Amino acid sequence: MKHKTFTRGIHPSYNKGYTADKATQKARLPERVIIPLSQHIGAPCLALVKRGEAVVEGQKIGDVESFIAAPVHASISGVVKEIALHPHPGGSKVLSVVIDGDGEEKTWNPIREDSEIFAMKADEVRKCVREAGLVGLGGASFPTYVKFMPPKGGKVEAAILNGCECEPFLTADDRIMTEHPDKVLKGLKVIMAAVGASKGIVGVEDNKPAAIAALKSAAVDILPDVEIVLLETKYPQGAEKMLIEAILKREVPVGKLPLDVGVVVNNVGTAAAVYDALCLGKPVIERIVTVSGSGINTPGNFMVRVGTPFFELIGQAGGLATLPEGEEREVLNGGPMMGIAQRNLFAPVIKGTSGITVLAGKRVKPREHNACIRCASCVSVCPMGLMPYKIADMGRLEMVDDFKSWSGLACIECGCCSFVCPARRPLVQWIRVGKIKVRETARS
Amino acid sequence: MAGNIEVNKGDSLIISSSPHLLSKENVHRIMYTVILALIPAVAASVYFYRLNAVILLLVCTITAVVTEFLVQRFMKKSTTAFDGSAAITGLLLALTLPPSFPIFGAVLGSVFAVAIGKQIFGGLGFNIFNPALLGRAFLQATYPVLITTWHDPVAASVMVDVVSTATPLALMKFEGVMTPYWPLLFGNVAGSLGETSAIAILIGGLFLRLRGYVNWKLPLGYLGSMAVFGGIFWLIDPSKYPDPLFHITAGGAMLGAWFMITDMVTSPTTPKGQWIFAIGAGVLAVTIRLFGGLPEGVMYSILLMNAIVPILNRYTRPKVFGAVKQAADRAGGSSR
Repeated sequence: MKHKTFTRGIHPSYNKGYTADKATQKARLPERVIIPLSQHIGAPCLALVKRGEAVVEGQKIGDVESFIAAPVHASISGVVKEIALHPHPGGSKVLSVVIDGDGEEKTWNPIREDSEIFAMKADEVRKCVREAGLVGLGGASFPTYVKFMPPKGGKVEAAILNGCECEPFLTADDRIMTEHPDKVLKGLKVIMAAVGASKGIVGVEDNKPAAIAALKSAAVDILPDVEIVLLETKYPQGAEKMLIEAILKREVPVGKLPLDVGVVVNNVGTAAAVYDALCLGKPVIERIVTVSGSGINTPGNFMVRVGTPFFELIGQAGGLATLPEGEEREVLNGGPMMGIAQRNLFAPVIKGTSGITVLAGKRVKPREHNACIRCASCVSVCPMGLMPYKIADMGRLEMVDDFKSWSGLACIECGCCSFVCPARRPLVQWIRVGKIKVRETARS
Repeated sequence: MAGNIEVNKGDSLIISSSPHLLSKENVHRIMYTVILALIPAVAASVYFYRLNAVILLLVCTITAVVTEFLVQRFMKKSTTAFDGSAAITGLLLALTLPPSFPIFGAVLGSVFAVAIGKQIFGGLGFNIFNPALLGRAFLQATYPVLITTWHDPVAASVMVDVVSTATPLALMKFEGVMTPYWPLLFGNVAGSLGETSAIAILIGGLFLRLRGYVNWKLPLGYLGSMAVFGGIFWLIDPSKYPDPLFHITAGGAMLGAWFMITDMVTSPTTPKGQWIFAIGAGVLAVTIRLFGGLPEGVMYSILLMNAIVPILNRYTRPKVFGAVKQAADRAGGSSR
């Protein structure tokens, strides 16, 4: 049976088998956490605590008065050891609060009944969601409360939950839908009320039968009108714009937001966290992280405290597989298509870390590339309708005007073009160069 | 804790830009698959023309590879002579030559195809024209008589001192004689090495399509437009003009449709551009066949369309996702 989908895209090997059936385990409470003050798109937070200060689990330790921002919280209780620059899984170094834990663990009890939650006013929901430090947990990390503010005069028709998880290896969203379908759907109900949407939709790729079944049975009591839309398993089905195209046949105009076509999209994990924030008053201090890949001894899904260093979590997944002579490995924050390669394993899990993927092999990636043979494979897979081979060259050669006029800025960096390129050209990398050059030129 | 000290130092981790997962496709595989797909056509030519075919095929292929190697050596570039693309150029050129073509001419054509047709533009990926066809066009200008001297396959195979014969297209054009389909399909007609058997080429072409290395729009657009455009004239005057099936099975139509027009480097990259390219070439080929000075138009039709590929790419860009009426972008763009 063919399910709905978007135009073009690719079919990489999904490799979900490593962890899809593994129930989420609770990771050990880390002895020390590193909480970056910037874990979202937008202004970085300012520290609210000082060195040597005692903090409790869930306490707000960083915030900033800016529209697009989300506060950060202590994920364990203990003492602030230092506030200093630390490696960030995004690649740079970021001012972070380091907390030495005291081994205490807080029990989070409900502070609101479900009936109270569903009766909450939109303003109140937004305030709670902001205070809980919620950002898009799918990886983009856009502050969630901002999405709950429909523009003046704009009407939100549908609230969509993104349960595609199209990145190979990752199964964090799959697990949350399978294990906590109730939280996901209650979260959706809250979101629908907050944005005034009459329709609630969950989009799931058809390679997650357990998650689909769990959602369907939970929906009967919680949200009978919800539409569970099965989507073809194809990358990048979970890209927000592709998801909207697949479900509603609407295109989000270039440079505009889903709100402009009457839609709000959130990750399924975000919806569950919204519910937790309202029901338990619990901020985002932990999340499900998939630790997987050929370079991991015992892959699994873990409920992990934000701020847990990569090496600690990898250790709990059996550690890195021993490398035979001549092989190499790459450790990624996220999945293999859009994940960010890590220099070392000191960076912490942040709110947007949906997985840690460790790829190992003779040649994780080829070092050299050939000339473009104009095979047009990249053009035929680009979900954004671009001509990647051309804009990549324009980026590489810093041809800023051409790069802009051939719509290089519309690239979502999904990686389909580099994936299919028979000449092994690092197209996305060059397109990124182009985007940076455009920004630099605009500034000067 | 299995924190792995070795890794914590960070010296054994690969750092690269996403995506970190790549398909197994590569240029070598594409090129050698194309060569594999040419085997039926090569076999048919050897069957019909025996030693003549073997010699021409070997001479052209070896010359093409050696030329690529020497030119790149001379230009102090790393060699791509063995990536298969030069061999394809040589093979394709040989398949466009008449069986009695002199060896020296074949060498000259292959050198021209690779050195001028490809390397002078910067090598694989940068050439504007199909190198094999450019080589053949060069030979057409250099040896106008020899390249249009054809032999009957049966006579050629027994190596008697052969009498030259006309190709089906020349028979049609200059004498108004139609060749029946059966020989056209299986190759028992006079013509170039690889132009004689439509079936052999079709088998190779379909194999390539199956492997995903042929964009179906190109052969379909080319053969389709030849059949339709040729068919219009046939309907007007069936006694004077050949029917659609003759157009797509005679001469170089099949070889052109499956192995020449489908050359990735010299065909457009956009879906709309590919249609215009293929249909335009088909119309040109029929026009030359019916109204030009030459009996066959496949070579020039493709070379002419090759020339406008950059323009086609530029003006047939796909619709960008979410583009607002495409208004803003069209005016801009200063080069390429």
